[in-house]
Amino acid sequence: MATAPAPHDPLEPLPLVVGAPDDHTINESLFQYVWKPTGRGWWTVFLISVAGVCWFLTAVVVTISKGIGTWGNNIPVAWAYGIINLVWWIGIGHAGTLISAILLLFQQKWRTSINRFAEAMTLFAVLCAAMYPALHLGRPWFAFWLFPYPSPTRMWPQFKSPLTWDVFAISTYFTVSLLFWYLGLIPDLAALRDASKKKLQRVAYGVMALGWRGSGRHWHDYRLAYLLLAGLSTPLVLSVHSIISWDFATSILPGWHTTIFPPYFVAGAVFSGFAMVLSLIIPARKFMKFEHVVTQKHIDNMCKVMLATGLVVAYGYLMEHFMAWYGGNQYEAFVFRNRRGGPYAPVFWTMIFCNVVVPQIFWTRRARYNLVIVWIASVLINLGMWTERFVIIVTSLHRDFMPSKWEMYYPTWVDWSLYGGTISFFLMCFLLFLRFLPAVAASEIKELRAEMVHDQGAH
Amino acid sequence: MTRQTWVLGEFATPQGMLGAVRHLRRLGYKNLDTYSPYPVEGSSEALGLPRSRVALFVLVGGLVGATLGYLLQYFCNVYDFPINIGGRPPHSPPTFIPITFEVGVLLGAFSAFFGVMALMRLPKPYHPVFEVEAFRRASIDRFWVSIAFAPAEFEKKHAAEELSRLGALQVATVVQDPASIQVYK
Repeated sequence: MATAPAPHDPLEPLPLVVGAPDDHTINESLFQYVWKPTGRGWWTVFLISVAGVCWFLTAVVVTISKGIGTWGNNIPVAWAYGIINLVWWIGIGHAGTLISAILLLFQQKWRTSINRFAEAMTLFAVLCAAMYPALHLGRPWFAFWLFPYPSPTRMWPQFKSPLTWDVFAISTYFTVSLLFWYLGLIPDLAALRDASKKKLQRVAYGVMALGWRGSGRHWHDYRLAYLLLAGLSTPLVLSVHSIISWDFATSILPGWHTTIFPPYFVAGAVFSGFAMVLSLIIPARKFMKFEHVVTQKHIDNMCKVMLATGLVVAYGYLMEHFMAWYGGNQYEAFVFRNRRGGPYAPVFWTMIFCNVVVPQIFWTRRARYNLVIVWIASVLINLGMWTERFVIIVTSLHRDFMPSKWEMYYPTWVDWSLYGGTISFFLMCFLLFLRFLPAVAASEIKELRAEMVHDQGAH
Repeated sequence: MTRQTWVLGEFATPQGMLGAVRHLRRLGYKNLDTYSPYPVEGSSEALGLPRSRVALFVLVGGLVGATLGYLLQYFCNVYDFPINIGGRPPHSPPTFIPITFEVGVLLGAFSAFFGVMALMRLPKPYHPVFEVEAFRRASIDRFWVSIAFAPAEFEKKHAAEELSRLGALQVATVVQDPASIQVYK
């Protein structure tokens, strides 16, 4: 399959599946890495990520045994890495739902090759995100206090607080994403069961496939259920990041108290999520030999989505600063002046460079077709979106109305370890997923191929 | 375990499978089913399936969820333990919207997933069609048709011959007894 890329006629649409593989070849090529013994490269990265997870656990033990004082948080900067990283991870997760649900509803056929991959990314990213509020509680074993249950104190959560909305939004989001992902996996797990040669594999995949036999009577209900889950996920994903943004926007703090937050947060989430999909899929498609199903067309489309959402984010920045000036509120004006020229100005300008300047290279085809450039740009955008959350949270908190309570915020080694640790955890989960489960939805690729053959026959 | 006989035929293309099912239905065969690695356009019509009930499940689940979500907040913050914070009203519908929506989506998604599992009668690790070794290709690259018979109406010979005549690459029969299972080619 991996032929050298031929010079391409710019007027011809790029193919979604290269060559004309039959169903058997698709099965073989997409599942081959599951049967092959694990390579040295996989083990190297996996062990590094496991080491990172061990380091993460150390930081967790320090946090729990000594308390939140080991973090750099202070008053006024009571929210720092805990919330920065929560928002960052949740945002990354949103691209998975966007690709799998919204693009499905819009009948974008190119989603098929990357949806499974992106949905797995969503699940692991939401897991990483959920660890931060739990740890930030200081006593994570009381995390169940967040949920309404009949307690001996007769107290209930305060449902008028956006932080309670967060609990419902994130737990619903994780549950629905998991159901959607698993429902999509079932036909492929059955294909793995039926293609497996060893007894253990056959039993393991057989149990996970739940006895799926591809019956027409099953497909009849299954397709509708899948579509309806996509329909439910679409408003859900928009609501989750809107609710996250309300954590800020419903407060009266300058720099947070603005109505532009929900759309600007959702666009930023999609922006960073696509950047993460690209940072992961560009190496993965090479090592796992998926170039024939994750083609240049997919990368090209993802770059265009990043460009579009990047422009929305840039518009958000512009509007924030414009309103701070035009609104005539001195506190608001000060916060934005402080962002541009205060002690955290280097972080602000890094954000502008990564999120506003870097995506502009995707106007040119040459940049979108150069995988090295796309990969570097996507990593920079991930960094940029992290600095965006840093800028929003830290600069608004560290200098608000009263100069007497201004305070600088510096992260400690525990903060950095928790951040690096969740990245390692994410990587570890992802490597396990790539090793044992079908990373590309084979049944959907077969369906797409059947449609393409049918379309060609019709012309 | 009830006594049943399954006649299975393998086809190379989805068109062959659909043609066979349409033909068998015209001949008056009941309890037909198709098996394919991906959803085949037109198989629901060929099998004569009624509209799926999943949509109704999701509608009911979503509405029940939204109602419960709102009532939960009302019960906790208005009825059982109202707290006066700066004179804000205990019952404030706008602030109850997000959780109402989230719980609605959650129960809608549960009813989609568990509803479809109930309709499909899954998980069900064993099924007589799995007795045929070649049936493994039904999830990979082949298309199968099955006809299930109760013992009284079993016309094995006809059904198997009919499937071969319709172009089946191979035909297998699974006879399921309470005591034993036999597979004939």
